[in-house]
Amino acid sequence: MILETIGYIIISIGAIFLFLGAFGIFRMPDIYSRMQAGTKATTLGAMGVVFGVGLVQPEWFWKTFIIVLFIAISNPISSHALARGSYKIGIKPFTKKEGLDDLDGVYEAEEEK
Amino acid sequence: MTWLAVLVALLIVVMVAAALYSVVQKDLILAVIGTSVISVVLSVLFYLLQAPDVALTEAAIGVALSTIIFVIAIKKTDRYEE
Amino acid sequence: MIIFLLSVLGLAIIFALIRGFKGPTASDRIVALDNITTIVTAGLVLLGLYFERYIYVDVSLIYAVLGFVGVLTLARYMEGGL
Repeated sequence: MILETIGYIIISIGAIFLFLGAFGIFRMPDIYSRMQAGTKATTLGAMGVVFGVGLVQPEWFWKTFIIVLFIAISNPISSHALARGSYKIGIKPFTKKEGLDDLDGVYEAEEEK
Repeated sequence: MTWLAVLVALLIVVMVAAALYSVVQKDLILAVIGTSVISVVLSVLFYLLQAPDVALTEAAIGVALSTIIFVIAIKKTDRYEE
Repeated sequence: MIIFLLSVLGLAIIFALIRGFKGPTASDRIVALDNITTIVTAGLVLLGLYFERYIYVDVSLIYAVLGFVGVLTLARYMEGGL
């Protein structure tokens, strides 16, 4: 009974994080901010929801633990490749001051080597 | 079980909208993204209609294999339709 | 309780679909697709808890293992690699 209550609390926290991640995708001004809101918050939210279900039904714990492990491995891979690809095709970050882009010219210097 | 019927109707509306978007679109990469959305929604629909094995196959094929084949075909040819 | 949490996840999917429909570049749409796949992975586990069937969790396991492959392929195509 106490385990079920803790599980529902963790599921609720995960659902709130999933909703805030999707709302950040809807509201943020450029692609990199959207990517931060849409991949980091969503990864934490999905891990919370699946782990909470594993606490509510204790017979399901190991399968949900494997799902949490695979989400933690595979979700940052795709977001990293996506950020690198969208920088390489020339989308500039949304900044108000100049000179804040530390990656400016790094990939061109790698190409010349 | 009335909320389940509402959910199935919403999923069918989303699936038809994604299919129309994917047909009309001139940029073929965006059309591939539309087909991927169709695959995800169709998998949830099979899941709700009590067929988890079909949903499992649809998830494995639609989200990974068909996207890879379409992207390789676009890589060999042109990206934009005239 | 579970139905309320599922409606929260459905609202999140609707926000991501709006961004995927009107996003200016292709990267926005791919981010929205990645987000939808992750939300569906969590939502199918919740639906399995609602129906109380152990076999239904397998579909979510397939999404967790294979869901990143399509997004990875699209990102590598935009970069010019593949």
